[in-house]
Amino acid sequence: MTPGTYRPGTSVLHRVPAGPKLVGLAVTSAVVLLASSPPAVGGVVLGVGVLYVVAGVGWRAAWAQVRPLRLAAPVLVAVQWLALGPVPAVVLTTRLVALVALAGLVLLTTRASAVLAAVERGLRPLRRLGVDVDRAALVLSLAVRCVPVVAALAQRVRDAGRARGREHDVRAYAVPLVVGALRQADALGDALRARGLDD
Amino acid sequence: MTDASPGRTSGTTRTATTTTGPVAGPRGPLALDAGDAARVATFAALIAALGMPGSIALFGNAVPITLQTLGVMLAGALLGAWRGSLAVATFLALAAAGLPVLAGGRGGLGAFVGPSAGYLVGFLAGAAVVGWLVDRLGRVTFGRVLVACLVGGVAVVYAFGVPVQSVVTGVPLATTARLSLAFLPGDVLKALAAAAITVGVVRAYPAARRSGRTAGRPAAAGPASS
Repeated sequence: MTPGTYRPGTSVLHRVPAGPKLVGLAVTSAVVLLASSPPAVGGVVLGVGVLYVVAGVGWRAAWAQVRPLRLAAPVLVAVQWLALGPVPAVVLTTRLVALVALAGLVLLTTRASAVLAAVERGLRPLRRLGVDVDRAALVLSLAVRCVPVVAALAQRVRDAGRARGREHDVRAYAVPLVVGALRQADALGDALRARGLDD
Repeated sequence: MTDASPGRTSGTTRTATTTTGPVAGPRGPLALDAGDAARVATFAALIAALGMPGSIALFGNAVPITLQTLGVMLAGALLGAWRGSLAVATFLALAAAGLPVLAGGRGGLGAFVGPSAGYLVGFLAGAAVVGWLVDRLGRVTFGRVLVACLVGGVAVVYAFGVPVQSVVTGVPLATTARLSLAFLPGDVLKALAAAAITVGVVRAYPAARRSGRTAGRPAAAGPASS
């Protein structure tokens, strides 16, 4: 599987199944979005910090989770400062960083395959509504495999465009890429059909 | 493609009875056959690939800009409403599982609780609306697809993205909306590109929209052989 964010470990958080962790994250996020007073947000930060210590993934992993915000967060503080004043700006941005860190912690302690399996299980009740859950699971695993294939195709198309000096032309990039992806998809579909998928 | 296509019910009676596992209801217009499953999975990967060349964070906003929305528009325009939004849903599931498929090589659940969460949900609705509109076109022309992409890929995505960003960041809705205008020129350019690419792809690969036609309007299109 493509390398994800998962860090192996044996902590309590690692041992909780993926489903409850995902549901817990969704519920916690919804509750945290209601908290906007400095003490409440301070409590959230403390709680997330404690969870990171419990998981024992290290500071470097924690930083990697919030690193994508390093450009956006200062800008956000500035905008909120102008719109709402200094204290809400710091509090609300801190709340956002804490939430992103918490979400990152779920994936640090859960394998990507376990998350996908939990998504499949979550879809299972929809079977009664006519959702083909086995087909959905097949699509998910096919997509995981397709990511590197299409990425390699994109690289080839980009190289070809560069060789012709048309590297800044979106059409010259995307049309061959999409046609190539469609051809590949239809070949894949034929292969699945040849193996009796629709019988 | 869905109900008894001429290719696979050729005379023998074994087709209906050898299904393994539980069958989820009758195969209606929303069912996916093998070809659809492959297309949905490939387009999920394509949306990921279009997000990769790098994201540019515009000053004054917390959401990165990439070609990812271009992939969303293309999924709707080429796969149709149902398969297009399924491709987006598959892409979002990959992102949620932590694969680095979101714009600029990001991934993970953080994106679903951060400022861009509403845009991700908007992608789903956007692909559905683009597909719904394109499915209703008599012919795929640049102007018509452009309108579909502007309505579904820009207006609908913003309608989800801006309010959620406002809630998550605590910035008032009007201010968030004003700041989001900075993305509008880029997104209009992407809608133009999506329309041009859709027309180009349909011309280069006439089977591109085939399965969308047959599944969306079973009576209108002929058998799925070409």
